[in-house]
Amino acid sequence: MADSIPLVDYLVLGDDPHLIAHECTSCGARYFDRRNACAACEGTNFTDVEVPREGVLKTFTIVSFAAPGIPVPFVAGVVDCDGTSVRANVINVDPDPEHVRLGMKVKLATYSVGEDANGVEAVGFGFEPV
Amino acid sequence: MSGDVWILGIHMTKFGKHPDKDTVDLAADAARGALADGGVSMKQMQILAAGNLMAASAGIGQQLQKQIGQTGIPVYNVANACATGATALRTAIMAVKAGEADFGLAVGVEKLAGAGLLAGGSRAQDDGSWSPRGRYGAVAPVDGRIGTETMPGVFAQIGMEYGHRYGGTSFELFARISEKNHAHSTLNPLAAYTKRMTLEQIMNDVMIAYPNTRPMCSANCDGAAAAVVVSDAALKKLSLEQQRRAVKVAASVLTTDPWEEACQILPNVNTLTRNAATRAYEQAGIGPDDLDLVELHDCFATAELVHYDNLGLCEPGGAVDFFNSGASWRDGKTPVNVSGGLESKGHPIAATGIANIWEVCHHLRGEAGPRQIEGARVGLAHVIGLGSACGVHILERAA
Ligand SMILES: [Zn+2]
Repeated sequence: MADSIPLVDYLVLGDDPHLIAHECTSCGARYFDRRNACAACEGTNFTDVEVPREGVLKTFTIVSFAAPGIPVPFVAGVVDCDGTSVRANVINVDPDPEHVRLGMKVKLATYSVGEDANGVEAVGFGFEPV
Repeated sequence: MSGDVWILGIHMTKFGKHPDKDTVDLAADAARGALADGGVSMKQMQILAAGNLMAASAGIGQQLQKQIGQTGIPVYNVANACATGATALRTAIMAVKAGEADFGLAVGVEKLAGAGLLAGGSRAQDDGSWSPRGRYGAVAPVDGRIGTETMPGVFAQIGMEYGHRYGGTSFELFARISEKNHAHSTLNPLAAYTKRMTLEQIMNDVMIAYPNTRPMCSANCDGAAAAVVVSDAALKKLSLEQQRRAVKVAASVLTTDPWEEACQILPNVNTLTRNAATRAYEQAGIGPDDLDLVELHDCFATAELVHYDNLGLCEPGGAVDFFNSGASWRDGKTPVNVSGGLESKGHPIAATGIANIWEVCHHLRGEAGPRQIEGARVGLAHVIGLGSACGVHILERAA
């Protein structure tokens, strides 16, 4: 039995954690969720591609009120990974506008979400300043 | 031109707390108010379109009929996020345009006072062992762990993204937009909040999702709005006074978000608004420079900025300069949200997309009292519902 499980299925754990996207083989549109078809071209064939681990923070917010169990404040944003946009938190940074800036370079990082009753660790991802 | 559709009567309740009224009471107040304003009754209505997002399966249209008039006409209960009211209105307009009705009634109502933050589709934490679920195979709720689904956070990012693309934005700039709308609200007795706020008060208030503080967020409140629409042919048979007060629906457009890179990562509220605006200006045969006032969907201060651009009120990329020029203040080139906007007037979701039409009609009829935009002839009303849906209506004073 695995000791760890990714928070979402598009996070690949191991020595070199990375994200994968489902890329439409007809038009190249990329998605992170399970697909019925391509929203851009109606194609139904997808191939998994690796998303670059570094990117640019193209927008963010610092959230002060969140769902129960989510520590606040935290930084939520969108990272442009060489043309593929990824939704993520910015982690390992002071959550204030002095330390988080539009256009800053960030790279993928993982962290522990917690353990379940069987001792299996769920691992999440975020992006941290380079 | 025959084939035109007109707003014959329109009404909104005061937005705010209505502890003694339920949704049907509020909807009835708005509907009966709109009928009285238009000088007509339920007996003349041939279609009813009604929206109440928080109880979308409850059939608000039929509940309303049971209180104000069960005439057997078709009811369309609609739900389209924050564009629900605009969708109800457009449904009635389409029925008239299609020749299926001469008179239609559209109603939007919501009870939201005290609702707190509205989040997206997060789900309860698993108990026991991690097991992947849903379209992302997630073992725990992703809201807050992989970005945010809270509305203040989503719209904060939408404004910040504009800043990343074009520059010039800051916490203070967004707060100044809120300062404008709160200043405008002091002239609107139907707004939930009518206090002027200083820039310092706004910036020092509780931070909800940077850069949006509490007064920069739309106010959850109760309220309803309703409109009676009429065909050109039927209007001509009504009194001269009814014809004089009727407001022409010069454009009625509803769009959704077309696929673009990133649109399933962060909702793209820009392209569908641009598409709706472009189509609306085409239908109306006017351009943004012809607008005497605009009511746009400032669900958050960060959202208002991007819609200056999306609605073509400024050059592409020019929203910051447009705002800094004073253009969107009530004495500016293109007054925006002279009602106080959602930040002060309030945002009872399904009512919003008709209440903004009420505001515009009020000015076009010259009935807006102390906040009248003098000589207003043409106005635009815009709403966005995340998901997404965009409604744009352009209204013109009767000649
Ligand atoms: Zn495709």
